[in-house]
Amino acid sequence: MSNIDKATVAKIARLARIKIEDEKLEPLAGELNNILGWVEQLGEVNTDDIQPMSSVVDAKLRWRQDEVNDGDKADSVLKNAPNAEYGFFAVPKVIE
Amino acid sequence: MSSYRIQGATADWEVVIGLEVHAQVISNAKLFSGAATEFGAEPNAQVSLVDAAMPGMLPTINGECVRQAVRTGLALGAQINKFSVFDRKNYFYADLPQGYQISQFKHPVVGEGTIVLDLDEGASKEVGVERIHLEQDAGKSMHDQHPQFTYVDLNRSGVALMEIVSMPDMRSPEEAGAYLTKLRTILRYIGTCDGNMEQGSMRADVNVSVRKVGDPLGTRCEIKNVNSIRFVRQAIEVEARRQVDIIEAGGTIDQETRLFDPNKGETRSMRSKEEAHDYRYFPDPDLLPLEFDDAFIEAARDSLPELPDEKKSRFMQALGLNDYSAGVLVAEKEASEFFETLVAEVAKATKKDAADVAVKASNWLTGDLFGALNKAGKTIAETPVSAAQGAELLALIEDNTISGRIAKDVFEIMFETGKDAGAIVEEKGLKQVSDTGEIEKIIDDIIAANPNQLEQYRAGKDKLLGFFVGQVMKATQGKANPGVVNKLLKPKLDG
Repeated sequence: MSNIDKATVAKIARLARIKIEDEKLEPLAGELNNILGWVEQLGEVNTDDIQPMSSVVDAKLRWRQDEVNDGDKADSVLKNAPNAEYGFFAVPKVIE
Repeated sequence: MSSYRIQGATADWEVVIGLEVHAQVISNAKLFSGAATEFGAEPNAQVSLVDAAMPGMLPTINGECVRQAVRTGLALGAQINKFSVFDRKNYFYADLPQGYQISQFKHPVVGEGTIVLDLDEGASKEVGVERIHLEQDAGKSMHDQHPQFTYVDLNRSGVALMEIVSMPDMRSPEEAGAYLTKLRTILRYIGTCDGNMEQGSMRADVNVSVRKVGDPLGTRCEIKNVNSIRFVRQAIEVEARRQVDIIEAGGTIDQETRLFDPNKGETRSMRSKEEAHDYRYFPDPDLLPLEFDDAFIEAARDSLPELPDEKKSRFMQALGLNDYSAGVLVAEKEASEFFETLVAEVAKATKKDAADVAVKASNWLTGDLFGALNKAGKTIAETPVSAAQGAELLALIEDNTISGRIAKDVFEIMFETGKDAGAIVEEKGLKQVSDTGEIEKIIDDIIAANPNQLEQYRAGKDKLLGFFVGQVMKATQGKANPGVVNKLLKPKLDG
């Protein structure tokens, strides 16, 4: 059985950059445990020698040719950026 | 082969090294989008909405990048996996707009292979390659352009990388250097990566641990993003020393990521990145498994050129070069191509077999031309003397038009002016004098002018033969055929 505690919820939230108030951590741990417990019912099925299913439809990965047919749209790319300067995204300084 | 050991206070220590090389794949378009890969464009000009991770954009794989990874695997004699899977490697950084890198974790496209290192004095060593997988490169952050902001350029975002992971088989900085050199040579031969470490199209992460000889593996540290072969060697030296000092002082090594600072000659911890190491890999739901058939692999194999090791043994066996010369010539694709053209042209001009002129051609190329290029700070691609021009010069020596000594002077002029050898010889009147009559007359004059030396020679001072040869060469400004001079001079001196 999965057992997600408060600390694990806080860690996952931090890794996903989601802000969660302290008092919400305990209830969320309960909810996540319920969800995982429900999914874990699948563990009862014998899956020996069964390949993981990668798609529900019978399709193959689509390939593209090695052609340059996109790009040259810096304005569109930068349009939603909170800040852009000289064609660059300008973000708060992130250096070690 | 001598072993590399770090002298500790208590024992001799062995260093264990593994390398992860990120090699940018040569392709026109990116791994999952149609944006260009070219280096040096205006910021964000080569970015599609896929690379910028706009909502709803879907990746579509570029077949050429797959083919290049397969070709690389084949060149390393590696297992090719006809079924592989793309995963998401999750972390946050400003130059990674998706919030994850599409990579391959559990099922890489290429499995185990081998690289043969060329070490000193003809020694070699096999190093295992554990795997090669395909993944996206990140964008580029510039921290020094503005006091408050980091500037981000996504042109590199989504360019295909091959991550080539070695086994921990290397035991010295020299072996790690030889591994990178050899890998780069192979990638350049087959044209899957330009191997340019200064531009960042090839980068190395170095895993280093130490142990007493015979002990199990120690805890390793990973030195990130070292960008030259020289720095890789230096980083290993200082990191191994650091680890030995800690262990001998009673401490333990923390498994961590470190940075090499070439200015200070030290490695230091990047602790702040530790938490980001929880990558939470899972199969990318936007991409079905990567599959191809045997025909795809065979077509990739057929497209491979002669590889450096094959070329080297052909140079040795078919052309009679020694191990050292053959190694020097195949180390760079351009040099080996220059050599092959040179030999073919000399053979054609002199109507001799390639095998009969190859050693002389190799000596001239590795000695005279490489020496001059080195002095001028030029690469073989920038040589002012072409292979055809070099061949003309060598052919002039072969057919006795000029002596080897004069050829050196002619070459110097060729290198400076780019003129042809024949034209220089004609212009400066440097043709070798092989006319017996003419040389005989000069010899007679010199003997007549030096009666004392002649007497001493005849009294048993053999060394004076050299004096007379020198005088003849001086009188002919070096143009007398030395063979003819020797043949004529000796009987006359002996009387």
